[in-house]
Amino acid sequence: MAAATTLTLKGAIDGLRAKALSAEELTAAHIAAVEQARPLNAYVLETPEAAIAGARAADARIARGEARPLEGIPLGIKDLFCTEGVRTTAGSRILGSFKPTYESTVTANLWRDGAVMLGKLNMDEFAMGSSNESSAHGPVVNPWRSRGSNQPLTPGGSSGGSAAAVAAELCLGATATDTGGSIRQPAAFTGTVGIKPTYGRCSRWGIVAFASSLDQAGPIARTVEDAAILLTSMAGHDPKDSTSLDVETPDFASFVGKSIKGLKIGVPKEYRVEGMPAEIEALWADGVRWLKEAGCEIREVSLPHTRFALPAYYIIAPAEASSNLARYDGMRFGLRVDGEALNDVYEGTRAKGFGAEVQRRVLIGTYVLSHGYYDAYYLKAQRVRRRIADDFSAAFDEVDALLTPTAPSAAFGLGDRASDPVAMYLNDIFTVTVNLAGLPGMSVPAGLDAQGLPLGLQLIGRPLDEGTLFSLGYALEQAAGFAAKPERWW
Amino acid sequence: MAIDAATVKKVASLAKLRMEQDRLGPLAEELSGILAWIEQLKEVDTEGVEPMTSAVAAALPRRADVVTDGGDPERVLSNAPKRDKSFFVVPKVVE
Repeated sequence: MAAATTLTLKGAIDGLRAKALSAEELTAAHIAAVEQARPLNAYVLETPEAAIAGARAADARIARGEARPLEGIPLGIKDLFCTEGVRTTAGSRILGSFKPTYESTVTANLWRDGAVMLGKLNMDEFAMGSSNESSAHGPVVNPWRSRGSNQPLTPGGSSGGSAAAVAAELCLGATATDTGGSIRQPAAFTGTVGIKPTYGRCSRWGIVAFASSLDQAGPIARTVEDAAILLTSMAGHDPKDSTSLDVETPDFASFVGKSIKGLKIGVPKEYRVEGMPAEIEALWADGVRWLKEAGCEIREVSLPHTRFALPAYYIIAPAEASSNLARYDGMRFGLRVDGEALNDVYEGTRAKGFGAEVQRRVLIGTYVLSHGYYDAYYLKAQRVRRRIADDFSAAFDEVDALLTPTAPSAAFGLGDRASDPVAMYLNDIFTVTVNLAGLPGMSVPAGLDAQGLPLGLQLIGRPLDEGTLFSLGYALEQAAGFAAKPERWW
Repeated sequence: MAIDAATVKKVASLAKLRMEQDRLGPLAEELSGILAWIEQLKEVDTEGVEPMTSAVAAALPRRADVVTDGGDPERVLSNAPKRDKSFFVVPKVVE
């Protein structure tokens, strides 16, 4: 049954309905694949018994003719989502062996629709990172390698475990989250599809908070259609999250395969950055050509404040993080380092529990929010944020969606950029603007570089217009004909 | 703006992070580098621009002020590092 892991999520749904295979066979094949792939370090917790029990229950429902949309589909869950009774660490030592007594809304929606959990997926600590190297569980290794090389590469971050697990066929799809590019950049680095929906589409309730005005959940999958199916289940209004949008969730899969003829696509000239590899430039040109051939009209647009997005993000995100992470005080859950006085316990617990990158961002956040600097840094960044959002609004007066590269490079070596925080932050140069403006953005695998590593193209849409992104994404997917898979070395 | 070791120490204390003396210097350098990069925001004219606090322009929803949950100390305390009956045990606050 080894072939069961190579199915698409849609293919597995069809196979289960047609009784070509059972949910138990499907899940068992994935459990075996997960066990064999431990060198990738994608899963930080495997839950095979619960998965088999869930698969058997799914088989019973299918037999009764009561199958729900994702009945019996095995998924991986990023360790940022609280799962009831199942350890949730957010990639941090400070949560220790935290077992939530509640389920996040997004995962609850997936279980409501019949999905089965295989385990929890590795990630950068508190989702702060672009390479998975800040995880307390150690980095995930990208299943992809450069041609003729054994050097371990990053799967990207922060949803590196999700992207690697999907690329290595260790689940049919995975949940992920994106605060500055954490769904789209790892998707690009692993040849998978990832979409960050409009801010407010998915409930943030029960997702460990990083930067609340930017955090948004979304799926990583192997095809555009699979991502559409997953997002349809994950999204929806939730009164428990006051920023959750009270809007209908369309059947996103219904947009897959729709004609894109006559759509106007913008190419932002500011995304042609200095030092961008020629291969990425060429891939972008391919994307433009593919959409043109499918009947789209291409226009150059200007997003003049693009280069200020990352500096603004590195004020806003750490500021919100320093506030959100104040709850880790060693009193009610997670790690506690004993000390003489209360302050010793606080300081000792947080120093031991948080890793270097998290401490760095908590310090920046505390500094920019501190007395005398609030106006100069935080308010200034929030004003620049509006300028960036206004750039997009103006562009969307002229075009229906934007096409850009997802990341400025292919996957790089683990350890290669760890010493320079600013160089690491530049990974998010094309993705972070979308979070600041709250827009939907999708990465679609579109080609390989000369080393044989995957590269992605990003589509950016109007607020709540994920549907158009799925239509365009599918068109790109068809035109690119991306069928490459990582050569199995694990 | 450059940050010195004394500022790092002060900010770390505000953030309740114990910081060993030998880390203050290197961190000051790192944070200064990041802040120098952030300084480019000064080039943006933001005169009269309202700060954007939320990606969604929706009004904050309201709900009735009623109790909808609670009365379950076991669930609340299930992850406590230290507990006694239905209470969290914390270090002494007042001598």
